[in-house]
Amino acid sequence: MEVSRRTANLLGGGGGGRGLNLKETELCLGLPGGGGGSEVAPEAPKANGKRGYSETVDLKLNLHTKEPATLDLKDMPIKNGLKEKNLLASADSTKDPAKPPAKAQVVGWPPVRSYRKNMMSNKNNKDEGSTDQKTSTASAVAFVKVSMDGAPYLRKVDLKMYNSYDQLSDALGKMFSSFTMGNYGAQEMIDFMNESKLMDLLNSSEYVPTYEDKDGDWMLVGDVPWEMFVESCKRLRIMKGSEAIGLAPRAMEKCKSRS
Amino acid sequence: MSENDRHHPQQNHFCPAETMSEDEDPCRPSPPPPPPPPEPVSKKTRNCAAVHPSPHSDRVLEIVLEHVLQFLTVRRDRNAASLVCKSWYRTEALTRSDVFIGNCYSVSPARVTTRFPRVRSVVIKGRPRFADFNLMPQNWGAHFGPWVATMGKAYPLLERVYLKRMSLTDRDLCLLADSFTKFKDLVLVCCEGFGTSGLAAVASKCRQLRVLDLSDTEVLYDGVDWISCFPEGETCLESLIFDCVECPINFEALESLVVRSPALKKLRLNREVSIGQLYRLVVRAPSLTHLGTGAFGHPEPQDPNDQEMDYGSAFSACKSLVCLSGFREVMPEYLPAIHSICTNLMSLNLSYANIGVEQFKLLIQHCCRLQVLWVLDSVCDEGLQAVAATCRDLRELRVFPLNAQEDVEGPVSEVGLQAISEGCPKLESILYFCQRMTNAAVVAMSNNCPDLVVFRLCIMGRHQPDHITGAPMDEGFGAIVMNCKKLTRLAISGLLTDRAFAYIGRYGKLVRTLSVAFAGDSDTGLKYVLEGCPKLQKLEIRDSPFGDAALLSGLHHYYNMRFLWMSTCQLSQRGCEEVARALPRLAVELLSYEENEEMDNETVDVLYMYRSLQGPRDDAPQFVRIL
Repeated sequence: MEVSRRTANLLGGGGGGRGLNLKETELCLGLPGGGGGSEVAPEAPKANGKRGYSETVDLKLNLHTKEPATLDLKDMPIKNGLKEKNLLASADSTKDPAKPPAKAQVVGWPPVRSYRKNMMSNKNNKDEGSTDQKTSTASAVAFVKVSMDGAPYLRKVDLKMYNSYDQLSDALGKMFSSFTMGNYGAQEMIDFMNESKLMDLLNSSEYVPTYEDKDGDWMLVGDVPWEMFVESCKRLRIMKGSEAIGLAPRAMEKCKSRS
Repeated sequence: MSENDRHHPQQNHFCPAETMSEDEDPCRPSPPPPPPPPEPVSKKTRNCAAVHPSPHSDRVLEIVLEHVLQFLTVRRDRNAASLVCKSWYRTEALTRSDVFIGNCYSVSPARVTTRFPRVRSVVIKGRPRFADFNLMPQNWGAHFGPWVATMGKAYPLLERVYLKRMSLTDRDLCLLADSFTKFKDLVLVCCEGFGTSGLAAVASKCRQLRVLDLSDTEVLYDGVDWISCFPEGETCLESLIFDCVECPINFEALESLVVRSPALKKLRLNREVSIGQLYRLVVRAPSLTHLGTGAFGHPEPQDPNDQEMDYGSAFSACKSLVCLSGFREVMPEYLPAIHSICTNLMSLNLSYANIGVEQFKLLIQHCCRLQVLWVLDSVCDEGLQAVAATCRDLRELRVFPLNAQEDVEGPVSEVGLQAISEGCPKLESILYFCQRMTNAAVVAMSNNCPDLVVFRLCIMGRHQPDHITGAPMDEGFGAIVMNCKKLTRLAISGLLTDRAFAYIGRYGKLVRTLSVAFAGDSDTGLKYVLEGCPKLQKLEIRDSPFGDAALLSGLHHYYNMRFLWMSTCQLSQRGCEEVARALPRLAVELLSYEENEEMDNETVDVLYMYRSLQGPRDDAPQFVRIL
């Protein structure tokens, strides 16, 4: 039986009381890397990631609850698995280290229109000096698939939710953290200018993000300015540095020709 | 009118033709008011002759009926009248001047224009509401093109078009402007697909334009200065609303337009208009009743008169102002300027204004007559308590989230809801976004606000229980449906089991619109609703564990509904196919989120189904499969 519930909420306080992370002790039918158990990643609160994984197990077991009339907290009604095709990583817009990382966001939830969301996020970002986004609804989202070598399923991210490579990198790191076992490289974005550093990275077993652009070419993420990247990226693939090595020369060329 | 000794069997509501003078007709319960000038009899003959060569008395009776039916304005009454008999059907169709089409795909434009030849006003709704939240892929449909093409020929005297969630192109707007010489009112709500060129066409060609309302509508800026395209001289403009249009505005042209529009009552500016510019407009148009203030900030730095602008007196000169909105880039130091008009306000929309608690309290304390209030949750529970203390007459409240994410600290909670319920007993409609809630507060509202018609509570954390007791929110919503006997619209959220649905099915007898997200345990939940809510018209469900069995339990009802939306539930194609087989007049659309990929044969991403007279539509894009 799969039991996945945000029990943390029952034990006091609203947004994200994460003191007692009961998730760690729950039994879950999760895929390797999801759910509690052996692969506990080093970062503390990971309820967001785990929640997603445990739900992507498509339970066709048609688990029904007992009589709803006798709802008892101990019974923990079973949550049927739902395909969370639309799970996104969130932009970690807060710079406050004390706050836990924002939970994975779902498409269209909460149900606030894009126009309003954009207006409000502009107000939040005003201090950071970001320019007004006069985005139309048509281009307000830019979903791309993200695959990771070795992970059994794809994810999707909305590139428009992020303002920089750092934010994207953070989000991807959280999405796939259980697979990389902490090896997802980019604490800082790949420094294209430093050839030797680049080569080291690509020779290692660290993962690097790559993307397919509008022309169908596979490139290393980080070689073009962010806005250009958002416009041209069609899909993302996180691969081992050693596999990405073939992309490096092209990336270096393109990068040099731009600077 | 001549006498006739034949009593037509169909028109048994009317006395025999001997007494055709209306004033003397003993069958009528009361003498009717003087009828409008009668239609030329010859026209009537032509119409009737086409059906069957009716004798003179029938013609006369139909003319009488026509006069009577002209007084019927309510759509439901007209629909009922048209069912009485063929003659009434025909006559009603001839006298219907306002057509309402709740789903643009339920009927073809040709069918509408054939049945109703003398229409002056049209309302057409397109996409379902969940499309607003990116749950529907782009380019699904709801095109205005076919409608304007058909109506352009059939209704040359069309005066009013109201569209909601439709896609229009510039060409459609040009065609509209060219086809309808007497065009007066254009209202576009949540529409998209056109740009400023289209607006320019309407502005320049529709000489009798009274209303141009673009609410929540996306307009692409293609360089055309549409405000300058209004003709010279006085205009008939009464309402100009463009507050959500993200395009630069030629202010001089706008100012000139306002000055030469003496009938202008409603003006809602976009955020390109600074407070200094607003000032200039307000002093020229003090008789406005509805004002959208634009930015309400950003005074031009180079304006030498800025210090001397007496915003306060400019606004207090607007004695008729009852509805205020805007504040898109509000600078709180300017807010005191509107304190003087707050006492007159019936409607205040601060939902784009991130103002703090203290500023808000200073403002709201004057708004004793307020009936409609939209705010951001940045006003906090404390702000809502201030609302409860002052706005005893409040009918509608909407609290939007400043930060629309889960798992953040929320500034409003059950405390605000409780306060509102205690201070605003006349509340009819509420939309409340929050991060935490309790059953107790919701129950309190159900008891304190018996007039509630619309109750929409959005607890932003998915599956969030009562944060004090840890229980599901079943009891709270149960109390709402039980105690609010007038409830027609309900949106539920938080941790909900099938029990909540049992309550809705049992008590929600008037519920017409129901929104469900991340709720329920099993098929039983949806079954309760489909079997228990006879008035259900619009049902939108996402991410809930309802499958084929539940879907099939509603077969008896789907023809009575406008639509059913179910996304990321547990439906299979087989189940949907079964529905399509059982109900041939239902358009069953399966939408796929994965474009260009084979649809998984087992699961269904989105089911959108609606009754339709016209059969499967021919403009469906690739990701839509119609069963």
